Amino acid sequence: MQATIEVTGLRKRFGPTLALDGMSFTVQPGQVTGFVGPNGAGKSTTMRVILGLDGADAGRALIGGRPYRSLRNPLSHVGSLLDAAALQPSRTARNHLLWLARSQGLGARRVDEVIGQAGLQKAARRKAGGYSLGMRQRLGIAAALLGDPPVLMLDEPFNGMDPEGIVWMRGFLRSLAGQGRAVLVSSHLMSELQDTADHLVVVGRGRAIADASMADLLAAASGDRVTLRTTAAPEATAVLARAGAAVTVGGPDALMVSGLAAERVVRLLGEHAVPFFEVSAHRATLEEAYLELTRDAVEFRAAEAPEAAR
Amino acid sequence: MTTPISTPQRPARPAGRDGFAQLLRAEWTKFRTVRGWVVGMIVAALVMVLVGLFAAGSSHIGCGRPGSPARSGRACLPHIPIGPGGEVVTDSFYFVHQPLAGHGSITVRVTALTGLYASGNSPVGQGPVGQGPLAGMKPGLQPWSKAGLIIKENTRQGSAYAAIMVTGGHGVRMQYDYTHDLAGRPGAVSAAAPRWLRLTRAGDTITGSESADGRRWTRLGTADLPGLSATVQAGLFTASPQHEVTSPFFGGSSSQGGASLATAAFDHVGTSGRWPRSGWTGAVIGGGISGSYPVRGGGYHQAGGRLVVTGSGDIAPVVVGPGAAFPTATIEEHLVGAFAGLIAVVVVATMFITAEYRRGLIRTTLAASPRRGRVLAAKALVIGPVAFVAGLAAAVVALLLGARLARNQGAYVLPVSWLTEVRVVAGTAALLAVAAVLALALGAVLRRSAAAVTVAIVTIVLPYILAVASVLPVGAADWLLRLTPAAAFAIQQSTPRYPQVTALYSPSGGYFPLAPWAGFAVLCGYAAVALGLAVYLLRRRDA
Repeated sequence: MQATIEVTGLRKRFGPTLALDGMSFTVQPGQVTGFVGPNGAGKSTTMRVILGLDGADAGRALIGGRPYRSLRNPLSHVGSLLDAAALQPSRTARNHLLWLARSQGLGARRVDEVIGQAGLQKAARRKAGGYSLGMRQRLGIAAALLGDPPVLMLDEPFNGMDPEGIVWMRGFLRSLAGQGRAVLVSSHLMSELQDTADHLVVVGRGRAIADASMADLLAAASGDRVTLRTTAAPEATAVLARAGAAVTVGGPDALMVSGLAAERVVRLLGEHAVPFFEVSAHRATLEEAYLELTRDAVEFRAAEAPEAAR
Repeated sequence: MTTPISTPQRPARPAGRDGFAQLLRAEWTKFRTVRGWVVGMIVAALVMVLVGLFAAGSSHIGCGRPGSPARSGRACLPHIPIGPGGEVVTDSFYFVHQPLAGHGSITVRVTALTGLYASGNSPVGQGPVGQGPLAGMKPGLQPWSKAGLIIKENTRQGSAYAAIMVTGGHGVRMQYDYTHDLAGRPGAVSAAAPRWLRLTRAGDTITGSESADGRRWTRLGTADLPGLSATVQAGLFTASPQHEVTSPFFGGSSSQGGASLATAAFDHVGTSGRWPRSGWTGAVIGGGISGSYPVRGGGYHQAGGRLVVTGSGDIAPVVVGPGAAFPTATIEEHLVGAFAGLIAVVVVATMFITAEYRRGLIRTTLAASPRRGRVLAAKALVIGPVAFVAGLAAAVVALLLGARLARNQGAYVLPVSWLTEVRVVAGTAALLAVAAVLALALGAVLRRSAAAVTVAIVTIVLPYILAVASVLPVGAADWLLRLTPAAAFAIQQSTPRYPQVTALYSPSGGYFPLAPWAGFAVLCGYAAVALGLAVYLLRRRDA
């Protein structure tokens, strides 16, 4: 079994809404792949299609080269967490895991193992209805781990987690990838993934708009931008513009310069005796890279659904 | 693009059995781990027992005669004759008989059959002897007034017999051993259109024949009466069952009736075989204080070759209802709580799937078992048997307690064969089981608890309540119980309807328009269609 997820050209329409519009990407084993995009970009729909829950109008989604619906005991191929709140409230966490285990031909021992892995030993015999969202996320992780699958797919697992839980989740996801598993984690908040994901699939308007390693993405987003702080903005702008840079105002006493490296900016300003007190090369945050990439998608969404573009 | 990986750190796990069995186990685990559902099924069983006992406990029978202490309960029951087939029978008529030894036959011509009946509430025909039984009676035959020839094991009530007769409204009939009825030439008998009848005994077989002219005979049928004595009583008889008028009204029906008498004129009496020379003896069968012979009238008159026989009563199986000669109860009366239990079962069965839709848990289920038809099959195979077990336990308890209660109150529980009893009890449980599957399927189709529960109760329980509570006229009630899933309640009917007995065969009286298994098949059909639709939609729809 190859621990991969391959999504090729998925299209899906819900009534008038085009939810997926040629979604394609691949999730490789041994790393955490972040699956990010604004709300409504098609992340959850893509995951449901991968799991065979929703049918796509076109395209295909394969797990290790096979459609999900053809898998026998699928939880031993893919562990998934779509909605942590999908629980029968009056059933205990342990019993929830128990029926799921039974459906895969697994026993109660495996249930107790994943309860330990998710850190739920003390609460396992309590009704799931009384669980906080963070505990439900842990229960969902435990359920995803039941079949010891080489592929894991988690939809917004950080939602509702306290800081301690977020730290735990990051470490846990990293260790799962370290074991050689393919881990796909969706989030609408880039910061949650900054220290976790090795690879990012950025989606907007139903398609992948970037599919790159974290390092490449950050480098591309940073560009050749320099922040210049000076009390002589007009002179500096004139000098740098003559040298071919694009200069914009970045705030009081601050200019954003692109098209020139920082050293060249310093030399030019020195040659023309323009005073300045700070020149710094800009380092993009993942958040900025993300906003840059998804700007079109967000603007599009904002026009029709303002609350979706948070 | 893809890279195979090996994960040596993960221990080799034996591949789980990807069988249907593990899916069943998963669904069973789901069911038993929600306390509300388990409690719901127990409540269903309890409600079924309690409603059944409450219904049985709401009647009390008492009786008394002037000058003697009042009695109640079993002491009120008359002697109850049991027919050769084990069923409770009415066996009262006027019998003009002679012993017949060995083989032989008897032939007669019937030239007239007339009748009188008491209507309304006037105690006509039951007054003091001196007043005369006929005072105030109106002329008229009952459809099943009957007169003709009978060969009977002996003059005790309930003994085996075969008879051929003319009737008030059903032409010539051959009847034997109470439950058997064969139709012959239709039409009423009169001097202008007489009927010739013949009974022939050969061994245990009695053959009935009829003729219009005494020359050309038609064999109507034969009756096998196993173990018939060498010497039997044979002769002429007349009987006339209770006159009954049923007037339905909203919420019930009232039945009024009174005794009736019939008088038949016979001639051309001919016999063959060994008959004594002593001549005819007249006797009321089923008379006496504890007997069920309805009136004091009855007798015969012989003049020349002509015999006129007047009698009352009937030779037929007892049918539950207002016309019965004594308080009767059927075993299924203690199972009337089934509809109440069914409501609880339907709610639990529906929730078994709609709760998953409500919580989004259905996605977890279908991700774990992508073969969706099997998921529904597994759910059906869990909820069905669970409902069956609950229904079976409730039915057995209700029957045992109910029968005891009925006996204490003086109602006679009509005996049925063990096979019928098993059918009624197991059928009630199966009714709950199949209804649970239907409710589950409705839940899968509609995906919302409130909608699915409403539809299930409106289609399964409501028609039954409307029909048996006499809210609807009998015709409409019968159609409801033919067309809706409520038809399955027919599985509870323990006593058949007899065409040869006039009674109010209505759902409120416990008589269903379809045969037990046919009614049950209607529910199974609905369940199969709903399950098929549910599987189709589950496969087709996004989860």
